[in-house]
Amino acid sequence: MAEKKVEEKQYDTIIVHSAVYKTEYTQKYINRPVWEYPNENHIFSFMPGSIIDVHVKPGEKLKEGDSLLILEAMKMHNNVQMPFDGKIVKIHVKPGQKIPKKHLMLEIKRL
Amino acid sequence: MSLKRNILDLRKRKSEVLKGGGEKAIEKQVAMGKLTARERILYILDEGSFHEYDLFVEHVARDFDMENKKLHGDGVIIGTGTIHGAPICIFAQDFTVAGGSLGLMHARKITKIMDHSLKMRVPLIGINDSGGARIQEGVNSLAGYGEIFFRNTLASGVIPQISVILGPCAGGAVYSPALTDFVFVVNNISKMFITGPSVIKTVLGEEISMEALGGAKVHAEITGNAHFYAESELECFDQIKKLMEFLPWNNKQKATRVEPANPKRRKKVENIVPSDPKMPYDIRDIIEAITDKSEFFEIMELFAPNIVIGFGRLNGETVGFVANQPKVLAGVLDCDSSDKAARFIRYCNAFNIPIITLEDLPGYLPGVDQEHAGVIRHGAKILYAYSEATVPRITVIIRKAYGGGYIAMNSRHLRADFVFAWPTAEIAVMGPEGAANIVFRKEIAEAEDPDAMRQIKIDEYKEKFANPYVAAGKGYIDEVIEPEDTRKMLLHALQVSANKSVMGPNKKHGIPPF
Repeated sequence: MAEKKVEEKQYDTIIVHSAVYKTEYTQKYINRPVWEYPNENHIFSFMPGSIIDVHVKPGEKLKEGDSLLILEAMKMHNNVQMPFDGKIVKIHVKPGQKIPKKHLMLEIKRL
Repeated sequence: MSLKRNILDLRKRKSEVLKGGGEKAIEKQVAMGKLTARERILYILDEGSFHEYDLFVEHVARDFDMENKKLHGDGVIIGTGTIHGAPICIFAQDFTVAGGSLGLMHARKITKIMDHSLKMRVPLIGINDSGGARIQEGVNSLAGYGEIFFRNTLASGVIPQISVILGPCAGGAVYSPALTDFVFVVNNISKMFITGPSVIKTVLGEEISMEALGGAKVHAEITGNAHFYAESELECFDQIKKLMEFLPWNNKQKATRVEPANPKRRKKVENIVPSDPKMPYDIRDIIEAITDKSEFFEIMELFAPNIVIGFGRLNGETVGFVANQPKVLAGVLDCDSSDKAARFIRYCNAFNIPIITLEDLPGYLPGVDQEHAGVIRHGAKILYAYSEATVPRITVIIRKAYGGGYIAMNSRHLRADFVFAWPTAEIAVMGPEGAANIVFRKEIAEAEDPDAMRQIKIDEYKEKFANPYVAAGKGYIDEVIEPEDTRKMLLHALQVSANKSVMGPNKKHGIPPF
């Protein structure tokens, strides 16, 4: 009898080693960060801050280490560099703009 | 010549200091929904037991016009009194005096009562309600904090240390509570953070309220910094008094034994647990079916509720419960629950409280976030804490005891004193579903109907390994018991373990994975 009652309730599920367990989630579990495979062509802000200057234009070809833009965060001027040889596909920020953490700043492409 | 004049003078001086920050400041304190520092102490302690010291201490700041300011008691009240008739030391920061800010003499009063509590081997209760360091006193306030932290660490594991956050507690000030054993918070009143909302906004542009950043709920539910959450100060004081009932006064004593009593609950324990190991139930119902008077005092109820910790009594003696909670996240171990349980195990061990482990878990929580958050390192804490604990340790396996979770939850291999299992226990390297998929991979893949074959193989594995008898056959389990006998077996095991004595190798201290 008791078991029937339990089954009527709506439960969430957790899978451990192929077995599906009926249970409840915590708010913290629901809010957990979902893993995404990093896209090497997307340059995100690693901290919230302001864009001081953008050094590149769409279509521009660049070498690894070339300066892309200056992001001011925690009172430091951070020089964001080209991670590999490639070109600029799209620019999503402009000088003076305040951006949050993990904001997409540039799209690039490996050449 | 009569002493009358001197006595009247003393009374006048005292009444002056007892005004604290004055009527206006007290009005403000009350308007914030807070009690005054002195009222708080009087609520916590036995009636008429409080004795205050250092009433006439004055601050020593001489810069920024501070020499002309009078700060009664320098913003903190210290003293001794009793709880449940036993002596304790207490201090309370007085927000009405210069915002309870911590200067040199303020800190010196606190360290004086801390030294006292350690020397006398009595518990220390600290009530935090302070704007932080007194900027005018510069490095002297930092010195004060450091002296407090050092003493918190020195006293850790010797006397119970309790922190009550009844106001702001920001910046360096947060580390004293963080070093103590139990932290109490109250909704809308407690606020704890290293960096406040205004700085976060200026530097990072992130906007957040004090409550959302470091309010009581945040610390009770998300950070795990707080152990007890209350809706009001009075509820909080009741929680403190209740907690003290279960604790010994220092690490050389045992908690006061009370009159043994049977559980109130008449419900059969075996009816609480669904026979399907994949169905949830509330493990606290089992704890309450076992303990004296069905009483269970839960700690960190809101944080990592997939493991349940707290105190209860068996035959009048305080015991600590560590129990997987199938109702939440299937009772898995993860970073938070490992951290929560490991610290509690170490607390029990330091204060001579036997540990009862109730086990029913499918293993560790899978997920990238868990792996990247360091579930290896955090999970190791629980192994470490159990392995080093020398208090009596008894495990009851209710249903699932799979894989790493089986080892971690006070298994025989970590030198548990007694391991009992219900006949519903499944002690195996993993659940039947996972094991069948691996062991019979070929048979399942080659079958005409793989799903049907999988089910056959799952049943086969279940029949063979999903029981307590394989482990019992190796002596890993001492006894397979009927659920109704759980309390009886625990009482007996505790009786047998009463004079437990084990000696590890001599060392300064271990290197736990924190």
